[in-house]
Amino acid sequence: MSERVNVKKKQSAPVAEAKAQAALPALGPKGMLRWAWTQLTSMRTALFLLLLLAVAAVPGSLFPQRPANPAVVTQYIKDHPDYGKLLDSLQLYDVYSSAWFSAIYLLLFISLIGCVVPRAIAHYKAMRSQPPRTPQRLSRLPEYGTLVIPSGAAIPSSDAINGAARVLRKRGYRVEVRDADGALPSLGAERGFMKEVGNLVFHTSLIGVLVSVAAGGLFGYSGQRILVEGDTFVNTLVGYDQFNPGTNFQPSQLQPYSLQLDKFNITFDRESKGKFGQPIDFAATVTTKENPDAPPKQETLKVNDPVSLGGTSIYLTGNGYAPVVTIRDGAGNVAMQGPVVAKLQGENYYSSVVIKVPDAQPDQLGFVGFFLPTAFVTDKNVSFSADPELFNPQLTLNSYYGDLGLNKGAPQNVFELDVKNLTPLNARNLAAGGITLAPGSTYTLPDGKGSISFDGVKRYIGVDIHHNPGQLSALVFALLAVAGLILSLYVNRRRVWVRTGTAADGRTMVEYGLLARGEDHRLAGEAAALRKLFAAEWQLPDEAVPGDAASAGAAPSQQSPSRAGDNVAGSVSTPAGPTGPKKDQ
Amino acid sequence: MPFGINETMGQYSELFMLLAAGTYTVAFIAFAWDLAKSSKALRAVDLKAAQAGTAARVPVGAGVATGSAGGRLSGPADRAERPSSSTAKAGGAGTDGIVTAGGDMKYAAERRVPARVAVALTTLAVLIHAAGVVTRALGAGRVPWGNMYEFLTTGAFLVAAVFLLSLVRRDLRFLGTFVVGLVIIMMVAASVAFWTPVGHLVPALQSYWLVIHVSIAVLSSALFTLTFAMSALQLVQSHRQKTVAAGGTDKLGFMRLVPSALSLENLSYRINAIAFIGWTFTLMFGAIWAEKAWGRFWGWDTKEVWTFVIWVVYAGYLHARATRGWTGTRAAWLSIVGYFCVIFNFTIVNTLFNGLHSYSGL
Repeated sequence: MSERVNVKKKQSAPVAEAKAQAALPALGPKGMLRWAWTQLTSMRTALFLLLLLAVAAVPGSLFPQRPANPAVVTQYIKDHPDYGKLLDSLQLYDVYSSAWFSAIYLLLFISLIGCVVPRAIAHYKAMRSQPPRTPQRLSRLPEYGTLVIPSGAAIPSSDAINGAARVLRKRGYRVEVRDADGALPSLGAERGFMKEVGNLVFHTSLIGVLVSVAAGGLFGYSGQRILVEGDTFVNTLVGYDQFNPGTNFQPSQLQPYSLQLDKFNITFDRESKGKFGQPIDFAATVTTKENPDAPPKQETLKVNDPVSLGGTSIYLTGNGYAPVVTIRDGAGNVAMQGPVVAKLQGENYYSSVVIKVPDAQPDQLGFVGFFLPTAFVTDKNVSFSADPELFNPQLTLNSYYGDLGLNKGAPQNVFELDVKNLTPLNARNLAAGGITLAPGSTYTLPDGKGSISFDGVKRYIGVDIHHNPGQLSALVFALLAVAGLILSLYVNRRRVWVRTGTAADGRTMVEYGLLARGEDHRLAGEAAALRKLFAAEWQLPDEAVPGDAASAGAAPSQQSPSRAGDNVAGSVSTPAGPTGPKKDQ
Repeated sequence: MPFGINETMGQYSELFMLLAAGTYTVAFIAFAWDLAKSSKALRAVDLKAAQAGTAARVPVGAGVATGSAGGRLSGPADRAERPSSSTAKAGGAGTDGIVTAGGDMKYAAERRVPARVAVALTTLAVLIHAAGVVTRALGAGRVPWGNMYEFLTTGAFLVAAVFLLSLVRRDLRFLGTFVVGLVIIMMVAASVAFWTPVGHLVPALQSYWLVIHVSIAVLSSALFTLTFAMSALQLVQSHRQKTVAAGGTDKLGFMRLVPSALSLENLSYRINAIAFIGWTFTLMFGAIWAEKAWGRFWGWDTKEVWTFVIWVVYAGYLHARATRGWTGTRAAWLSIVGYFCVIFNFTIVNTLFNGLHSYSGL
């Protein structure tokens, strides 16, 4: 917190020695706890924990993280057999949910609460109490000045103090006038309580952000789905390709809305040389229904422009081509017909294709190969895709027959074909060669195993579906935090004291002092502004007032030999009472 | 749909950038010349003053004092040294017998011709630089911070512009070599390591949040650059003050032009406070954009991690300023570490780390 000052002073060597020799009384369990609490909530500990948090966050950017991509972590452990497992046991692949990272931020937040609560109570009291009593020697304050009201002005010291109070109240100070009818009336004034309020709001809001994030993790959910043009997604558990529920997720939370992908358009850069062929716009036209009986609605789903539906947001996160194929088996029946999602592999939508045909008779069929939107073959017989658009689409496949292993019930990756138990039919190195298909063409498999037709190409999109109930409150708390931060940095808490008195020759003498709580580089400016306002209040001639140099700040008057004013001041600055208040800093 | 690409404008922009970099280089030399010359002149003045004794100062002080004494209620003699007072009173020809520039960083009467030349040259360079940034924006048909090259060139422009703007109110010309030097490094890095021709934005960057989030990030980084320069100078000045106070010889004469360590610390604190608010907004707007683009407002992506680390380090800096034993040199180190994190976040994280922010255009 910004102005907690540790009161411990540096000890001189003998004091420290004496302390070491002194027999310390045993603290006892209660005392130990209190000591630990004091330590935890001290500014130094908070600062240390803060810096530790910064350091602890770093490994999460150095090592792959499970929540972001579990497959990469598995691969990383495989690639680094020497220390991969060790890092895992240190939770370095789950940094942000690790015991040590959690320990740091939880301690930090406990420390924060332990600081905010007492400070809030103290500030509440301060806001309800009057400004501190007038110090005996105002001249000791960082900003100090004097004004003299000539005797002809007929402003006695009691009127002067009330005038000063008016000026300060207008300026937003809370003012208390003391001893208005006495010989030395004075006032105490204070402003800028919002500084500490902002400070407390900022720190409390951080707790709010943390709680919101936790709530989102408990009650939220997210999932992924691939949709080929024409496909419809229904928001039920089976509708997802992958689903990540929060800890307290209930399937009843899912509202059964539907979303159909009608058309997906990509605009490619045809202007610039360096980025020729790069996609510059993705737009998916979708038809949504809030629930099965609701009227359909057409919407556009774009990157940076999600569709909101049934309490969730739907994001466009990926896309690619899905060649449409028809596969007939050895018996001449259609064993499979439809689009096959091709996985992106390289530039210009160079994608891999895996087709599994478990329904083919008498043997199951499998195909592995590539899809190229604009196929080109180099001199060295390497094919590549020269453009992302469908200028010369081509399917290049190897084929296999045998048992795909799908009947055993073990889950398989749809993008991989395990060829271990399969017999190759088509491949470059076989007599039959590989299969190369253009749209509209059909290839008949060797040995009467069937045929494959390349009917056309559709596009597909990948969507992420998210529901995070903590999101809005996190935003609200973050905004509160910023507002509090700005208040705490730019509101200045200041105290002003003014004392008036009557000199022997009938002039009314005014002295005032300013004190800032916390860092305040504008205190001198405030002193100058107050001086002007006071002068205007008592209609003193501008800048002709003696004692100007005192407020200008530039003349430290180190060599001031003269104490000419002292006898005049004598009647003013001496008796502030036997219980003379001390400065509070 | 985005606007069209204008390659000619892009080429003009590169020409302007080159010219600006050249002008900055000349300005840099002028600033360095100013440091060397002024510190020599100052030393000569000091020498004369030492020979003449301190007699000359007394009547002046006494005159002021008598003039003002009439209405004074009591004479505070030590006001100039109070720590909680404004920065205007810290530093100056200090009581510890070491010469530093005035703590209020106001312009003095004496003319520093090389410094004036340097500021004029920097102004010229900033104008050319502005033309480069604007033509880049026109050439690409969008805001000029869509990749690292643009972020750096626009960022360097902001650093120089903010520096010039601050010169209107404060005499920060002592920062000139440092700031202009950093600007030159940024320009060279942009042209050599991160050069990218004008082009469209990838769909992921096509959002009004690019304008908001990145502009605040560039501005905050520019301010952090200034405070980095100040904190580094603060460390040097603090070392020099200690050396001289301990009776050592003053080997760093050019530091006479620089205000005292305390004044530097106070000013860099104020700028860091602004930059910290800016960085908080960068973080927040980034989170809002992340929610819009990726479906979650925070996911510990490498860039998010480092933005968070920077935020925490500068938060630590602000706290350090209020912690006994952590002000001064330690706080300055935190400010410097924070800036290194900013640089790391921009260079290494963007280029070597895999993450969702890999839009460097490389």
